[in-house]
Amino acid sequence: MAEHSTVTFIITRQDDPSSDPYEETFNIPYRQNMNVISGLMEIQKNPVNANGEKTTPVMWDMNCLEEVCGACSMVINGTARQSCAALVDTLEQPIRLEPMSTFPVVRDLIVDRERMFDALKQVKAWIPIDGTHDLGPGPRMPEKKRQWAYELSKCMSCGVCLEACPNVNDKSNFIGPAAISQARLFNAHPTGEMNAGDRLEGLMEDGGISGCGNSQNCVQVCPKGIPLTTSIAAMNRATNIQAFKNFFGSDNAH
Amino acid sequence: MAGQREYYYRRLHSLLGVVPIGIFLVQHLVVNHFAVYGEESFNTAAGFMGNLPFVLLLEIFIIYLPILYHAILGVYIALTANYSVKNYGYFRNWMFALQRITGIITFVFIVWHVWETRVQVGLGNADVDYSLMEGILSSPFMFWFYLIGIVSTVFHFANGLWSFCVSWGITQSAKSQRVLTYITIFVFLAVSYLGVRTIIQFAFGV
Repeated sequence: MAEHSTVTFIITRQDDPSSDPYEETFNIPYRQNMNVISGLMEIQKNPVNANGEKTTPVMWDMNCLEEVCGACSMVINGTARQSCAALVDTLEQPIRLEPMSTFPVVRDLIVDRERMFDALKQVKAWIPIDGTHDLGPGPRMPEKKRQWAYELSKCMSCGVCLEACPNVNDKSNFIGPAAISQARLFNAHPTGEMNAGDRLEGLMEDGGISGCGNSQNCVQVCPKGIPLTTSIAAMNRATNIQAFKNFFGSDNAH
Repeated sequence: MAGQREYYYRRLHSLLGVVPIGIFLVQHLVVNHFAVYGEESFNTAAGFMGNLPFVLLLEIFIIYLPILYHAILGVYIALTANYSVKNYGYFRNWMFALQRITGIITFVFIVWHVWETRVQVGLGNADVDYSLMEGILSSPFMFWFYLIGIVSTVFHFANGLWSFCVSWGITQSAKSQRVLTYITIFVFLAVSYLGVRTIIQFAFGV
C-alpha cells in the first residue's frame, strides 16, 4: 500500500454547465493516510497535469470533511460516495473521479443538488407549527420509535442514493430514496403526524414514490447506513392505505 | 397539486402482474402438466379449459387485457431504467435488471406463443390438443425458444412476487424481504419445473 510514491487521478472535468466534459490526468505526491480530498487539494496547490502542462485547478464541493454534511459526493472508481471518507490507500489506482451524473454539473466535480430540495418540498419534509404563541410541549414519542427515527434523521441530502438508483435518471421523474425516507421521518414524529396525509399525497404525485423499482442500491451505498428500502416499503404501505382512505372515505385521512 | 395518475397506473401494473396474470400462469402450467400423464389426460384437461362457459370473456378480461396493460407499461418501465450492475453489482440490482430483461423476453415469447396457438385455433387452422404442442416442440429450435420463454416468464413472475410485496408494503423489514427472497426462489424453481417438465414431455415423449 505505501509503496506508491505518486498517486494518479483521472478526473472528468467540465468548464461550465453547458460545455463538454473531458478527462485530465494528474500525478501527485503520495502521503500516508491521504483521502481523495487531500489529493484534490494537492492539485489545487499545483495545477499541473500528467503531461506537465499548467491547467486550471480542479473544482469540487466540500465542507465538514467528516461524512456529515454531504457536500463532497462524487463518483469514485465508478461508485458514488463521499470523497472525504474515500481513503487513497483503499482505492484501486488510477483513481477515477467523476461528478455524479444524476445532477447537472456546475463545474468539474461540483454538481447542483437542487432537485433534492425540490423533492423535500414535494413531500413537505418539515413540521408546520404556528409560532405566534407558546404552544407548550409537544406530544411525547415512544423511545423505540425515536431510536429508528433518529437513524432516518441522519440523511444529509448527499445525493449518493439518487446517483446509485437506476430509476433516477433523465428518462424518469422518480423522486429518489432520500425524500421518501424523510417523509417517513416526519410522519413518525408525533406533531408531524398531524399532517401525515399531506406528505403521503406528495409521495403519490407524479414523479413520486411509484418510480421505485426495488433495485435496493440506495441502501447499499448510503454513507449514513439509513434503512432506505425499509422506508420505501413503509411509505408504499402508507400511501396505499392513504389511497384507499381517499377513495372510500375516512375520518383519518389527514 | 400535480396529478397522481402515475401512482395508480403503477399500482395497477403491480396488482395485475399477480392477480390475475400470475394466477393464470400457474394455472396454465399446472393444467399443461397433465401432458406428463399422457395424451388423453392433456386433451381432457385442455378441453375442459377450452370449453369453460363464457370462455372468450374470461380470456379477454382475465388474460388478454391484463397482459396487454402489464406488457405495454412494462416495456416503458424497462426502457426508462438505467442498468448499472457493472458499478453496483448487488444481488437486488441484478434482480432489478433481470426483471426487466426477462420481461422483454417474456413479452416476445408470449406474442409468438399466442400467435402460434390461440390465434391459429381462432382462425380454424389448428385444434388445442396434444399433437399441436407436440408438433411445435419437436423442432429443436422451438424447444429451446419455449424453454427460455418459460423460464424467463416464471422468473419474472417469482421475482415480481417479491417486488409486489414491497410495492404494496407487505414486506417492510429487511428480514421479511430476505425471507421472501428465499420463498420466491423456491417458487421460481417449483413453477419452472412444472413448465419445463411439460415441454420435455411434448418434445421427447418422456
